[in-house]
Amino acid sequence: MRALVSTMRAELVGAGGVVERNYYLTKRYIWWDVAWFLWTVANTLTIVFIAKGIEASGGNLDVNRTMTTLLIGAVVWAYLGILFEFLMETVAWERWEGTIEYTFMAPLSRAMHLAGQGVFAIAYGLLRATFLFAVCAFLFFDLAMPNAQFFPAFVVLVVSSVSFIGIGMMMSVLPLISPEKGTQLGFVAQGTLLVVSGVYYPVSVLPEWMQWIATISPATYALDGIREAILEGQGLTAMWDELWPLMIIGVVSIPMGLWVFSRGEKYAKKHGKLKRSG
Amino acid sequence: MTEIREAPSMKAVARDLVVAVEAHELRKEFKVPDRKKGRFGRKTRVALDGVSFTLGRGETVAILGQNGSGKSTLVRLLSTLLLPDGGSAVIFGHDVVSDARAVRRLVNRVSVEASFFKKMSSAENLGYASRYYGMTAADTKDLIPEILERVGFPRDRRDEPMENLSRGMQQKVALARALLTSPVLLLLDEPTTGLDPRSKLEVQDFIREIRTNHDSTILLCTHDLAEAETLAERVGILDRGRLLALEPADDLKRRYGCGTLEEAFFSATGRAFEAEGDEDDEDDDREVFA
Repeated sequence: MRALVSTMRAELVGAGGVVERNYYLTKRYIWWDVAWFLWTVANTLTIVFIAKGIEASGGNLDVNRTMTTLLIGAVVWAYLGILFEFLMETVAWERWEGTIEYTFMAPLSRAMHLAGQGVFAIAYGLLRATFLFAVCAFLFFDLAMPNAQFFPAFVVLVVSSVSFIGIGMMMSVLPLISPEKGTQLGFVAQGTLLVVSGVYYPVSVLPEWMQWIATISPATYALDGIREAILEGQGLTAMWDELWPLMIIGVVSIPMGLWVFSRGEKYAKKHGKLKRSG
Repeated sequence: MTEIREAPSMKAVARDLVVAVEAHELRKEFKVPDRKKGRFGRKTRVALDGVSFTLGRGETVAILGQNGSGKSTLVRLLSTLLLPDGGSAVIFGHDVVSDARAVRRLVNRVSVEASFFKKMSSAENLGYASRYYGMTAADTKDLIPEILERVGFPRDRRDEPMENLSRGMQQKVALARALLTSPVLLLLDEPTTGLDPRSKLEVQDFIREIRTNHDSTILLCTHDLAEAETLAERVGILDRGRLLALEPADDLKRRYGCGTLEEAFFSATGRAFEAEGDEDDEDDDREVFA
């Protein structure tokens, strides 16, 4: 029992070490992060302005509602991008800096290693998404959200993050298998996930086969839940239809992500790919 | 199987020692590009070919070998970063494949590249790395400055990003990182390659200090014949993945009837010993993703 407690303590300390490392790195690269944030703001604005453009060209639509719908899609896209980026960096950045061998030969379990990476990604991503939403909604467009329930929207995003981390774990194995192109493939996965999930449109407009994929995508439930909370003013209890599928997908995707990563790690050890480059 | 020639006296000593590392018929192959077979052609390259040896607890053993001889592959196998294609390696009773996590608690290494997050300071790099071994911030608060001081790292540069430090300084921090976790097996993979003479001597002095003051077994892979001779109790010759001999330097010289280790190396391998060259001698071992 004492040995188990000691092991668990060491594992938690190890996961804390991953968070600590990411904190140091974020601190050191903070101005690059600011520049990257400005790019994200610009990207988000181009999407939200589409609603104004349609109105200006004679389209008949509720501009405020459409802009908020698009903004939520863009913020979730950016959030997912940050989560996947941190998870992908589990391998890619370490390979570039040359620390990958030291990390993978440490006695920290891969589950806690990736958990540490995920916890920091969620904390940083939530902070950034909140800021992005506030800047675009209130500073640029002064969007009216009279019924908005921000807390339930936040809860949905946090719960969906578990599933996103599970999928991110599966994606993070790509740089392990292909040091040259693996990271880029992660962005393909991010785009594919969102295109079937109704990122800027209702899922009902998609072809039937894409709608079927949407039912197993956590992003579908995250986008629906957040829009219901902000546009319709739905409370947490009304979010249950979105929360339970997210929990189920989360429970399945985390072990699956760990399994996929462990297979990738074994492959890398077999073929000598677990080493530095650059 | 590679026959290892161990001096009888050392065999007697080894019997009395606790076995730290026991490698038996270790084999590792890689697929490498073969242009003769076309754009996607590949061939098998044997990096380790049935390597067997035993290291006693507290012993320092040096492995000499040319670029591509298999030294780094051996270190990576023992540090659980590679899976062997054959044979086995056991470290203090733990198999490197089936009991990898137990092995990782016992082992640390210093490689030819110091390998740190360059924007982070030495204290930050050591801090987060020690957490992976279960050491809390309270555990390392005094320990990190103490170890950095012992390796001769200037106190006033602890908060400087690693990218501002010389290679010699970075290598000292790498030694500190390895020692911080109190490894019972320390794998040194060309730790002084590419260093200026002064830094080289300082690192070698520190390895001597580890030998004297710590209960660590050291496996030192090196290009430097003098380093091998002065630091190690036994010297091994690894050539094209085969361990040709492993015995005290004087016994090696006597066996091959040579006055120097360099001549003994030449006699054993039939090839002249190269000085420092390509620092990462097994980059080509990586399989190509095609």
